[in-house]
Amino acid sequence: MRHPYPNPPPSRGRARVGGGRVSMKLRRERLDRGIKARCEDIFALSSYREILYLVIPRILPLAVLLILPLMKGVVGLYWIKVMVITCAIALLALSWDLLASVGLISLGQALFFGVGAYLTGYLNQRFGLPPFLTIPLGTLGGAFISTILLLPVLRLRGVYFAIVTLTFPLLLTRFIETTKILGGTEGMSALSPLPNLWVEVYLPVIALLIALFVFRRLINEDYGLVLQGIRDNDRAVMSSAINIYWFKIQTVFLAGLVGAFSGAFMTHYYRFVGMPAFSSDYSILPLTAAVLGGVGTFAGPTLGAFILIPLSEVLRAFGTLRVVFYSAILIICIVGLPEGVFHYIQRKYHQFERMVNVE
Amino acid sequence: MAVEKLCKNFGGVAAIVDVSFHLREGELLGVIGPNGSGKTTLVNLMTGFVRPDSGKVTYRGTDITGKMPYKIADLGIARTFQMVKPFYQLSAFKNLIIPLYSSRVKKLLGGRYGDRDAVAIDLLEDVGFERDSFVPYKVASSLPHGYLKRLELARCLALRPDLLILDELFSGMSMSEVASTLPIIEKLNQEGLSIIMIEHRLKELFRICHRVMVLNFGERIVDGPPREVMENDAVKKAYLGSEEEESNA
Repeated sequence: MRHPYPNPPPSRGRARVGGGRVSMKLRRERLDRGIKARCEDIFALSSYREILYLVIPRILPLAVLLILPLMKGVVGLYWIKVMVITCAIALLALSWDLLASVGLISLGQALFFGVGAYLTGYLNQRFGLPPFLTIPLGTLGGAFISTILLLPVLRLRGVYFAIVTLTFPLLLTRFIETTKILGGTEGMSALSPLPNLWVEVYLPVIALLIALFVFRRLINEDYGLVLQGIRDNDRAVMSSAINIYWFKIQTVFLAGLVGAFSGAFMTHYYRFVGMPAFSSDYSILPLTAAVLGGVGTFAGPTLGAFILIPLSEVLRAFGTLRVVFYSAILIICIVGLPEGVFHYIQRKYHQFERMVNVE
Repeated sequence: MAVEKLCKNFGGVAAIVDVSFHLREGELLGVIGPNGSGKTTLVNLMTGFVRPDSGKVTYRGTDITGKMPYKIADLGIARTFQMVKPFYQLSAFKNLIIPLYSSRVKKLLGGRYGDRDAVAIDLLEDVGFERDSFVPYKVASSLPHGYLKRLELARCLALRPDLLILDELFSGMSMSEVASTLPIIEKLNQEGLSIIMIEHRLKELFRICHRVMVLNFGERIVDGPPREVMENDAVKKAYLGSEEEESNA
């Protein structure tokens, strides 16, 4: 059995070469820190320092997210706007990750976004409902409609879900364009604004934190275990008397809730909704953020979004060269860290490495 | 359980031709036959993984032909897979938590539903995992084949089935593992569990089964007690080839 060393000094990558004349081969050895007990998610803590060690990585980003908007004088309104958009994309990345955890790879998060956005816009323009009513209704209704639309595909195995999600936003865009309903090519504009700046900023942040927390808890409970089982081996799950289709439907609905909220919120943020709500940007950016950050851990896609979107804003100064830099950085990150940034950070944090001699 | 006149064609190949049999409660039926005779297809047809072209499958009076596998499992029929299908990325322990999450188990455990962890560990011990070692917590992809087979059995038992279908459970297991698993199956049958066993290891099978059915090229050739089946000429021909073929070869 593995006996982790208790609280050793973290010596990272410092080579120990024994002897002067003989060149020893070195290998990197990774050991879990002393606080890890037998299982992956159980820790044995024995001091305040160890408690802090676990708590700080969770509290720190939370604090930054919540306090940053308050410092808008220092940070500037522009970056606050970037943060809002980042939160919207991060929400979509979270919903992508939930679908990926059950084995459904979605190439069309824009479907959830657009349906939620249009429903919210429609409720606002046609019935004059205020934002605090249209956003919840748009979220629920958007999730419901998206689930109904995706229902037939859930019975199929393989790539069909990806193909259908890819084409649905395109289909709906053309449909709106030709039938000219819901504002047609011009969309619906002059929708009601959100009450004040604080709501504008804190609503997506709070929603992001809630979604992150709920999804992480869900995937770590037995329910999440069943979802991962469906992803890995759906026949075995079926023969264990579990209705996998019902679980898939529930997952699509949950992911749809988060995605539609993102769309609903952005409709009132921009005070406009139109065909760009179904644009492929809203499908590709969350996917990229999720892959960059680490698929499977919900903190990974969030981290990925918070790296990707501000990065693309910083690169805006380069004009059109920005796409080149952007893609280059993406490719380097994905080739160098295929497991994702978050997995890498987690591994480095929870284990310490050192070079030992090969025996 | 009763199977009546099942037929299944895959393209041009007649996998199962007109197979019928009965299984009484508490009986242990062995299904044998050369490779490719349709044994696994028969199980797939019975448990809903494949839809039959014609014929009927009834269980305790209800028609279960072509129902979805999870509904059939819900009724109490559990099966193992010939090519083991564990959840490779999860530990053996977590592999069992998944079937324990089903609504059938919820109904059966009733108030004890929250004790799923304890139930999982007990199940693993029942099929032969050492209790106080770290073996149950090892990721399934690192377990040897014999353990994976026993994990399949445990996964079936987690559903508290009334009918257990074992598809070549002993293939790939060493003699000692078979020797330790066989009494478990015998005990389960004596406690009232009906079992259908597909096996190639005839010595062990004939020791515990009540009746044997032989399949060849999708047809049922013989059905009867082990001794009769072993003496039957048609069975010998199916497995070994007739004398004319031997002299030609």
